[in-house]
Amino acid sequence: MWRDPVNVSNVSGVAETPASPNPSLEAEGLRRRAFLRNSAIASGALVIACFVPVALRRAMAEATPAAKPIPPNAFVHIAPDNTVTILLKHSEMGQGVWTSIPMVIAEELGCNWKDVRVEHAPTAPDYVHTTYGMQMTGGSTSTWESFDQLRTAGAMAREMLIAAGAAKFGAKPADCRAENGYVVHGSRKLSYGELAAAAATLPAPANVTLKEPKDWVLIGKPMRRLDSKAKVTGKAEFGIDVKRPNMTVALVARSPVFGGKLRHVDASKAKAIAGVVDVVEIPSGVAVLGKHFWAAKLGRDALVLEWEEGAGAALSTAGLRDDYRKLAATPGATAKAAGDVDAALKNAPAVIEADYEVPFLAHAPMEPLNCTVEIGKDGCDIWTGTQFQTVDQKTVSTLLGLKPEQVRIHTTFLGGGFGRRANPASDFIVEAVQVAKAANKPVKVVWTREDDIRGGYYRPMWVSRFRAALGEHGKPVAWSHTIVGQSIIEGSPFAAAMIKDGVDGTSVEGAADSPYLVGIPSYRVDLHSPKSPVTVQWWRSVGHSHTAFVVESFIDELATAARQDPLEYRRTLLPVDSRERRALDLAAEKFGWGKPLPQGHAAGLAVHQSFGSYVAQIAEVSVDDGKVRVHRVVCAIDCGTVVNPLTVEAQMQSGIVFGLSAALHGELTLKNGRVEQSNFHDYPPLRLPETPRLEVHIVPSTDKMGGCGEPGTPPIAPAVANAVFALTGKRLRQLPLRLA
Amino acid sequence: MKLLVNGQPHEVDAPDDMPLLWVLRDLVGLTGTKFGCGMAQCGACTVHVDGQAIRSCVTPASTVAGKSITTIEGLSKDGTHPVQLAWQEVDVVQCGYCQSGQVMTAAALLQQKPDPTDADIDAAMAGNLCRCGTYQRIRAAVHRAAELGRETGHVA
Repeated sequence: MWRDPVNVSNVSGVAETPASPNPSLEAEGLRRRAFLRNSAIASGALVIACFVPVALRRAMAEATPAAKPIPPNAFVHIAPDNTVTILLKHSEMGQGVWTSIPMVIAEELGCNWKDVRVEHAPTAPDYVHTTYGMQMTGGSTSTWESFDQLRTAGAMAREMLIAAGAAKFGAKPADCRAENGYVVHGSRKLSYGELAAAAATLPAPANVTLKEPKDWVLIGKPMRRLDSKAKVTGKAEFGIDVKRPNMTVALVARSPVFGGKLRHVDASKAKAIAGVVDVVEIPSGVAVLGKHFWAAKLGRDALVLEWEEGAGAALSTAGLRDDYRKLAATPGATAKAAGDVDAALKNAPAVIEADYEVPFLAHAPMEPLNCTVEIGKDGCDIWTGTQFQTVDQKTVSTLLGLKPEQVRIHTTFLGGGFGRRANPASDFIVEAVQVAKAANKPVKVVWTREDDIRGGYYRPMWVSRFRAALGEHGKPVAWSHTIVGQSIIEGSPFAAAMIKDGVDGTSVEGAADSPYLVGIPSYRVDLHSPKSPVTVQWWRSVGHSHTAFVVESFIDELATAARQDPLEYRRTLLPVDSRERRALDLAAEKFGWGKPLPQGHAAGLAVHQSFGSYVAQIAEVSVDDGKVRVHRVVCAIDCGTVVNPLTVEAQMQSGIVFGLSAALHGELTLKNGRVEQSNFHDYPPLRLPETPRLEVHIVPSTDKMGGCGEPGTPPIAPAVANAVFALTGKRLRQLPLRLA
Repeated sequence: MKLLVNGQPHEVDAPDDMPLLWVLRDLVGLTGTKFGCGMAQCGACTVHVDGQAIRSCVTPASTVAGKSITTIEGLSKDGTHPVQLAWQEVDVVQCGYCQSGQVMTAAALLQQKPDPTDADIDAAMAGNLCRCGTYQRIRAAVHRAAELGRETGHVA
């Protein structure tokens, strides 16, 4: 299995990369030639046994979409030349669905992997998430939510091809089989391309049998990405690369403080700049349209703007910190509780207390936000990298008074998403539509990096206050955790479903369902959700991005108080057969926990479940010139059935680097309502020389599938903080980690 | 102004201070070179000018008129430069947005140091950000590209 350290440059058995997918691959032509046009009906409901995040689980319990029939033609097109085009219902933003999802379909379809091409699906009801009921990519859900659905779609297509082949051979379908892109009967065979047209006229099978895992030839094998060649030759099309006839490029001047409104604009100088085409006012500010980016940029710089700044002008992170700390001294709305924690703490001989804090963070995907809009007589076309197609479509259709299907969203590659491109208000898309409408021109709105860093929709700032008491063997007998921070759901269309009894489940995920609580007789996890004009949103790993840091750091503090080894302490608190324990034990074994480290180095660990996957990380650190330096991270993940181990490894590496950026550097601060940072010089992500050696190990597991896009991020900050404590004796309770 | 891009002459109507990045993307129509920061902090806009890796977002196009400009589209005819091959073999890319710049920086490094050490790679690649965190595979892929370059006798 995939348990040994991975040397990616030396992976044996990695499949050859087929010819690059051509993003502009005669999409319409393929659709016209497509087979499997019948409206296929799968009998019986799809049984989807999978993990749903706490808050959404509650929401979905009330509004579970009825199981829909699976139309194989929505996902698979086979051309006469044998090319198999997979229509990907998810958005490729780096996480590897462009490869892993086609693997799932191709496994059952039985095509030749070299014939597989991939396109983003259009925005349409066939492509909705099987659990969330809308077309979207997020929550580290893509693989598990579509695993049964798309294997079934592949199998249905295969059976239709076999039936078509059998008819041509004059044989029984049962005597034919699918093999590497052919239907075979005895010594005769016909290619899928030859059979596609005939297969399209056949009824879709009512029932299909899926392969046994032991027979899988693709699932579980390390397969190289299908989008590599396009992405190393500059041919991959991102939203920012879209070009349309007569298109203008626009930049928008937005309020310098959150919630501010335009009072006055003098655009005369802007309009005088060569290449500036138009200046229009929209609800979020003033858009300058140019023949190209540079003209629009110079034009925007030349605007003379006055803003009605409002209450947002008084905001500062220092003020918020004071407010949050005051709130943290009182209990908030109860998220989860047992026993009488107040009495237990009052009667305890000693109480261990700690306050933690994490800052606002921007997602800062490498591709700045952008959106291209063309409004025509019969609807609106939108080209952008989005994670939230259905929401965007509905929001724009309401805005323009169109039917949803008249808003055609063309998903491009996303130059990173990390949650930013899943905006419940469709902010960057709505704004572009408003510009196109106001100017009555096709337009591509582009954000600069400064717009992005200062543009809000941040990971919220959070404060946590812990109080705990230990009993026999140092085990916690009382645990009080008060969390303070803005709700990302409040005010969004999801609020009614996802906020219950004053608790936004995403604020407390990873804390209210901490596995450590199970053995504690008295505990309370409660929440204050103060409001502020700062816009906030999910950021890779959502609530876990703060709860893992605080819970896993505080557990380490309790281990210290109990005078126990951090690994052994956790092992005694976690259930013996828990998946956390399996991940932790594998990481400890691979790291060599307890073995001597180089002089001046120390190790720290953390384990955390998020999005259905269990991840343990051990970090080896030193302190160099007062700065934390991370040398090595050993990561173990139990995500259940693995589709592509190369993807799992990549996503763990990715999640760790993303989390390290935040743990070591990431911080946005506000003063006089203004965000003080603006670009990568003062909001620096991790760079290559700072990147530790990363070792990823996968726990062999057939347990319930979890996600991979996010779960690698939460454990790294506490693992590093715990290592810094082991090295220096200093407990760092704020991110980013600073020794001085 | 007259520019020589990937061996092709281009006549563009651009103000003197217009950065090469936007001339390439919006006027010449080569969108493989990416905008990430606009202030030479991220390296997504890296191209070669007379063989040197430069940040096109802060380079006025007028200053490179007449010089030989190579973009990701011109690095090889069919994606077969050793760096491009190594990147595919090692499965480096994730979102891919920064990778044009990463590839161009790595190609310039290998031209100067055909067998770079880890320290050489750290120094050369430090200016190229990747939010997906592909750095470890980038390190491996630069070494692999060096091997491929030696095996094929490719002169970058």
